Order: sequence, then C-alpha cells, then structure tokens
Amino acid sequence: MSQFHAIVIGAGFTGVAIAHDLALRGFRVTVVERGPIANGTSGRTHGLLHSGARYAVNDQESAIECIQENQILRLIVPDAIEPNGGLFIAVDESDLEYREKFIQGCEECKIPIRELTPKEALRIEPNLNPKLLTAFTVPDGTFDPLRLALAFAATAKSNGAVFHLYTDVVDLLTDGQGNIKGVKVWNRANDKRFEIEGDIVVNATGAWVGQITSMAGIRVPIAPTPGVMVAYDKRLTQRAINRLNKPGDGDIVLPQRRMMVVGTTSFSIEDPDYVPVLPDHVALMIERGSELIPALRQTKERGAYMATRPLIGSGAPGRSISRTFKAYDHKETDNIEGLVTITGGKATTLRLMAEKTVDLVCKKLGVNVPCTTAETPLISYRKFYVD
Amino acid sequence: MSEEKWTVNFVVYRKKGDGEPHYQTFTLEVSPDEYVIDGVERIWAFHDRSLVFAHACHHSTCGACGMRVNGVEKLTCITRIRDVTKNGGTLRIEPLRNFPVISDLVVDMSRLYVGMDKVHAPAVHPLSLAPLEGEGIKPPRDVPMDGGKEYLRLADCIECGLCISACPVAGTAEEYLGPAVLAAAQLQGLKRAPDLAEVVDCVDGVWRCHSAYECTAVCPSNVDPGWRIMDLRRQVLAQRIKRWFGGA
Repeated sequence: MSQFHAIVIGAGFTGVAIAHDLALRGFRVTVVERGPIANGTSGRTHGLLHSGARYAVNDQESAIECIQENQILRLIVPDAIEPNGGLFIAVDESDLEYREKFIQGCEECKIPIRELTPKEALRIEPNLNPKLLTAFTVPDGTFDPLRLALAFAATAKSNGAVFHLYTDVVDLLTDGQGNIKGVKVWNRANDKRFEIEGDIVVNATGAWVGQITSMAGIRVPIAPTPGVMVAYDKRLTQRAINRLNKPGDGDIVLPQRRMMVVGTTSFSIEDPDYVPVLPDHVALMIERGSELIPALRQTKERGAYMATRPLIGSGAPGRSISRTFKAYDHKETDNIEGLVTITGGKATTLRLMAEKTVDLVCKKLGVNVPCTTAETPLISYRKFYVD
Repeated sequence: MSEEKWTVNFVVYRKKGDGEPHYQTFTLEVSPDEYVIDGVERIWAFHDRSLVFAHACHHSTCGACGMRVNGVEKLTCITRIRDVTKNGGTLRIEPLRNFPVISDLVVDMSRLYVGMDKVHAPAVHPLSLAPLEGEGIKPPRDVPMDGGKEYLRLADCIECGLCISACPVAGTAEEYLGPAVLAAAQLQGLKRAPDLAEVVDCVDGVWRCHSAYECTAVCPSNVDPGWRIMDLRRQVLAQRIKRWFGGA
C-alpha cells in the first residue's frame, strides 16, 4: 500500500468517486469542497442513468461508456437507483427518420433495445403522447443525485478519506519552482485558514476547473455549458422518456419520486458561479416536454433550476461537443508537477472517470495497485453523516 | 415567469465557530417567481462569500436545502418568493431547529440519519409500498406492474429534517426517534418487518408523539408523518393484542 497523500478538490460526482478509488488503492485522501456534497452541477443533474442510447448515433465513445457504467452502478449502488428502464419515442416524421440510425448505433454500442408498437408503449406508459409512431425500450434508470454522490463519499470516508466541507481553496502551494505541493484553504464554517500539503492535487471541480488551474497560471479548454430543467408536481410515468432524435432541447422527461423533470437546454457562459434560470428556457421545457407527455401541460411547476455541464473544448456549440471526459497531467501539458485536472464526462460515467484519473495518478507516482471500484459495493449513503 | 421585480430584505442567521449568532440583512432585487434558494445563492455569489448554506438538487428530490423561512420550515428550492413575502417585505432565513448548528444555515442532521438507519428505512422500495395516486397512507389495491415484475421507486421521504425541526416534542426529547423515522417504520409495516416493533414501541418511539401534526403540515414530500405515526400505534397495539392471545 502506498502512503502517498492525495488532495482532491471538489466533492461533486467526480471528486467523491476519485476519493473512493484513491482510498481503495491505499492512498491517504483529503477532500476539499467549498459547499456541501454535490452542490454544483452534480446535485442538479436531472438524474438520468443513461443507457447510452442518447449518444449512440453521434458520440459512440460516450455511448459505450454509459452502457458499461450503467450496468456497474446498478450493482454497486442500488439504493440510489430506480432501475425501471426507459423509452425512446417518435412523435413526428423527423423522429421516424432517425429510427434506422438509432437501431444501428445501439447495435454498434451493444445497447440492448426492443421496438414496441404504439399500442404496447401506451399500455405500459398510458400518459405518453397517444400519437406516438414508434417506441424502443432502453436500459435507462433514474438516480437520486445527492445519494449517489453520498454513497461514494461515505465509502471513501469509511476507508479513511477526510472531507473538509464548506472549505474554499484560496490558493495552491508551490515549491518555489511552480510545482504544486498542496492547497491553501479557508474553512467558512469556523472562519479558519490553513494549509494542506500533499503528494498530488487532483482538480475535480467540473465546470470550475479553470478557477483552480488559473491559480497555477494554466488554462484548460473547458466550456461551462448550463442547461435549464423544470420539475412538475406529478409523476406521470414509471420510466425515463426520451425523444427518438438527435440530442436537443427538452428531449428527456424523467420521473423522480412524485415528480416529472424535463431537461434540458444548452447555452454558453463565462462564470459558472451563478447562472440565472432563464424564463424563456422554462417555457421551452413545457413546450417540448408536453410533446412527449401531453398531461404535463395540466401539471403545476414545482421547481425550475439550472446546472452547468463541464464540456471539453471551446469554440464549438454545446451540442456538438463530445460528452466524454479527459484527465490532464499538467506535467505533460504545462510542465507543472503535482497537479492533475479531470473534467468533462457525465454523471453516469463518474466511476470510470475516477478510475482513469486515479490510474494516471498511480502512474505518475509509481504506484502499482489495480482499480477495484467496479466490483466494490458502496455502503449506505447515510454513513457519510454517521460514523 | 413575469418581468416583475421585487425588492426583498433577506434577514439571515449567521454563526461562525464559537462566535455569537446574529442576523445580517441583505437587500436583493428578485423576481417574485424565483425560489428562496435562488436568493440565498445570490447572496453567497454576489454579496458575501462567507455564507454557509446547504443545497444540492434544487428540485426537491434531495432534501438538502431545508431552512426556516419567516419562522416556518420550508424546502427553499420549491418555495416561491411570491408565496412567502411581498414587494418591500422581509424574509427571515434561519437554520432548522432541534439540530446543532454547524454554521450559518447548516445544521448537523446525524440524529435523523441514525434513526433512519435504526429502522432500516429503504431509500428505494417497491412501488406498492406507497401509492402515487390519492392521499391515503395505505398501499393501493392496483399497482402497475412491469410485465409481472414490480416497479421500484425512490422513497418519498427525502430526509430533509423539516419534520423534526417543526416537531414541538423533538425539541425537548433528544432521544425521540421523530416523525420521519416513525413514518419510515410505518411504511414498511410491522407485519413485513416485525423486528421494528422493538425499536418503535417505547417511550422515545410512537408513544412520545403528542399528535401536533406539525410534521405533516411542513412535509414537502407527501410523507404525511403525523398520520403514519397514528397508524403505527394501531399496528403496535394489534401486535401486542395478538401476543396476549398467544399469537406469534
């Protein structure tokens, strides 16, 4: 077992999964997070455990990652997932034109699908648009965002990881030659400032990675890309409902507890610290969502919110950027030792993102311990709060 | 959402470490159709980065953002500003009661999680345990099935702690299991989980409740703990009577 000390910045999905993976591989782990667990993009995801079918035509790398991770998460964290499956439905001619490509893409990515007649689809989900033209079952699920993150954090904690919540990273510690050897932090709960030294700092701050790398004078090509989601006050389906077409606005409607959540839109911003919920985007969600489930129009809005995806690349419009992820070793990209940045990706692929990031950390430090997170069931999320 | 703008005074409870608690006022221009958490997040983003508050999902599935708003327990992500104040009005924002304050608006809810673990409250359960339609707390007769297989669903209880904060008994009896925990035991039922009787049939279990129904009044997630506690009492008595007559 290594006695290296790793500092993880960020306790969103990527950060908690990395903390868990590092702890399993014998690292001493400290997590620094400026809010509570999953308060940024991760908590505000709509909660779709992707089958990968959404990306099977245009972004097959993401699609394959999704289907593989979907199957793993069902096994290792069952108490955060409704495993009821999903449907892709066609409601107009343009959707039907997508049908062939969809079947082929899912086959290439090994995503199991089955075509239903409109009658069959309406029998299992009576609130779907009665004019639907065809439907496919997919192995989607719904997850509880906070509890998914907490389960990883709880397991990391039980393996020795230390979490500093409500604690901002205010600067990076350097060795005088620009290499990173720790973080300077400010605990806002007790207004104490202190330093933490480590052998490696992992920047897992998603859409905020640029705020951390800029402390080391580094730029990463990240495009913070928010989207608006709206929750409605009645549950109308058992399954996640997707529009059979290329990814677009308001094309996913999913059940959660006694709600339906419609998502999402896609626009660009500079600073992800505060993004307003744009009224015209909220209006678009009811417009698009009710094309899939007409009863949404008679359902009261329960909440409207936004989340900022960390998309890799800049200059390209949001939807055309791949949804896969990337881990940067800043020794290679910027000749700065001691700092690794992970960003991009999706909630569904959190475990894989952690595996690849920790593989990179292990390689850098000469640690030869394989990843076991795919086979390790997580403990109850409540154990994060209760020792 | 309208273009209407309101000016609202957020009077926010502040506390750091061992320091004295106090209130601080932030005057914000808001849309009345925004939610209270949007205002709190903007105070952090644009006025005072030292503010500590909890939040995650922003749509009432996680239970992290419970606070007292003008003295009433609210899940702030689904509480529209229009419904709790007026233009030029005040929003007094305080942490939940009956839990220790960590800082500002964040409390330590381990009391609740210990209890939920004690009754093995399921986070995901079969659809048949709690109906989606109607008001009743009894399982429904007809539950949709997935071709002979039961659907699973995330439990209604989001463990937000509002019920414990609102409960007049929880403040004086620290060992009281509290509404959410007893509701989780009722949901499973003593028939299905007979071992729970030992946990809930005691002075800090079902018998501690004074039937104030404040829990049901503030529950943002259709759990209806007050009625569930009453039903759990009936279940406990039924089990006792059965035992007196030599039943299992």
